[in-house]
Amino acid sequence: MGKGMNMTKLLPNELQAISKEVRKDILKMIYGAGSGHPGGSLSSVEILVSLYFEVLGEGDHFFLSNGHICPALYSVMAEKGLIDKNLLGSYTKFGSPLEGHPERTKLKGIENTSGPLGLGLAQAAGYAAGLKVDSKDGFIYCMTSDGEHDEGNHWEAVNFAAKYKLSNLIQIVDKNDIQIEGTVEEIMPLGNLKEKYEASGWNVIEINGHNFSEILDAVEGAKQEHNKLVVIIANTIFGKGISFMEGNPDWHAKAPNEEEFKKAMEELENE
Amino acid sequence: MNKSIRDGFGEALTELGEKNKNVVVLTADLAESTRVDGFARKFPERFFQVGVAEQALVTVAAGMAEEGKIPFTTSYAVFSPGRTFEQIKVAAALNDVPVKIVGAHAGFGASMYGATHESLEDIALMRVIPNMVVVAPCDYEEAKKAVFAIAENGRPSYLRLERPETPSITKPEDKFEIGKANTFRGVKDPQVVIIGIGSILSKALEASEKLSKIGIEVNVINLHTVKPIDELAIINAARISGAVVTVEEHQIMGGVGSAVTEVLSRNHPVPIEFIGVNDSFAESGTPEDMYKKFKMTAPDIVEAVKKVMLRKNS
Repeated sequence: MGKGMNMTKLLPNELQAISKEVRKDILKMIYGAGSGHPGGSLSSVEILVSLYFEVLGEGDHFFLSNGHICPALYSVMAEKGLIDKNLLGSYTKFGSPLEGHPERTKLKGIENTSGPLGLGLAQAAGYAAGLKVDSKDGFIYCMTSDGEHDEGNHWEAVNFAAKYKLSNLIQIVDKNDIQIEGTVEEIMPLGNLKEKYEASGWNVIEINGHNFSEILDAVEGAKQEHNKLVVIIANTIFGKGISFMEGNPDWHAKAPNEEEFKKAMEELENE
Repeated sequence: MNKSIRDGFGEALTELGEKNKNVVVLTADLAESTRVDGFARKFPERFFQVGVAEQALVTVAAGMAEEGKIPFTTSYAVFSPGRTFEQIKVAAALNDVPVKIVGAHAGFGASMYGATHESLEDIALMRVIPNMVVVAPCDYEEAKKAVFAIAENGRPSYLRLERPETPSITKPEDKFEIGKANTFRGVKDPQVVIIGIGSILSKALEASEKLSKIGIEVNVINLHTVKPIDELAIINAARISGAVVTVEEHQIMGGVGSAVTEVLSRNHPVPIEFIGVNDSFAESGTPEDMYKKFKMTAPDIVEAVKKVMLRKNS
């Protein structure tokens, strides 16, 4: 990861244009496959676009914990030229390297196999700890979801990262307030997530996860924290960009039908 | 002299740490009883105490393995792989990184603590996962060799450790190769072959001596690697004897009993008898109490051999 990436800085409207393409790709992939997770894919677009186009450099690594939003990841990788854009149509099809949940051994550029929730932060923390043993440079970025904060494994990793002061680990929570069967507030309230992290020894930066300058400033701020580890809580909108998906848990794992697909694409065209 | 398998593990691990700087060790609040305290003292920068957090134990190790480390993770087998099945499947095996899962106090090793702490399912859990290597040493010396072998194999691997001090039945000079079963007693025309894992093989050897005295010759095979399984050795055993007894301190279902049966039913079906736990929970008591309760003593093995001979000849 990171090697050979062009780190030319893009303008916010260029990043927005890429994000629009990514959203279209996400809808096409999920519509074409007849399955997938549109809500979380759409909420994470600006975070992933920021990371892949502006942040990740040589020696850096990205771990995706909530693997079900991989349509967004695959699309961003394609827009960045890391994978062939023609592959996107094969998402979840038999024989395709674009598995329904991403697999490291199937697709070059995927850093960790993920899907079952709550595992990614620990894997990222392990990688970060490994780098520290060898005094190697590089930042490990890990995106998690708020829903997967229900998982004990995740909080075990929160403690581990704090104990070993993994300042080379930067976690970004895509906080879209929705999980499979309802809102996070209904299903399993997280309480004050910021305070929970602070009590666990993390520095917290809260941002609007759809605003590029806020995302990039937060990442830059996190990198400057040399002795503390940082979590960026990115407040996002589930299903962002498609009016009838926004904030509606029904779109956690559902493919649009033809009419819904057309309407969604129109909304993106006309935004 | 009796020595513990876990001590062999711990001593070899410290030695390995000296030779291979990529070896790191993680434990879930069980450094002393899983015998990684020696490594921790000698290589504090490569030792990670994750707390009573088995899920993190395995998933953090998976990240370290991706980064190029060879992580050995230790807990009791009831907790890891007991609790960590999914983490092992996804983050270690499907992710295909060389995490070493070390399950201590396996079998009746913690029998004083009761059924919650008796691990009779770990081999079944681990051998069903693609990519996993499953090794269960039978004594102190073999445990040492197993540590070096799985460190070098580049694969996600499970190493099963027993707690009690048990008879030394292998020698330092004996060859150990992953996937290659060893024969303890190799008579030419055995009437039965006993195939098993772990320290219960010492009871199988005891049984074979008793049987020899009454004119029944059996071979004893040490199937230290349950996966990849040594099919040739198992098929050959069935060919030369026509009857097999499996022995293990584990559930028969999913364990060595199942593994051997899967091989033979496809390749060379013969009568098989099983020594092990038959779909039951254990309870508090000494390991010897459990051996008696589940009919796993040397005299029980003698009986199983006689029974399978009758079936063969009927």
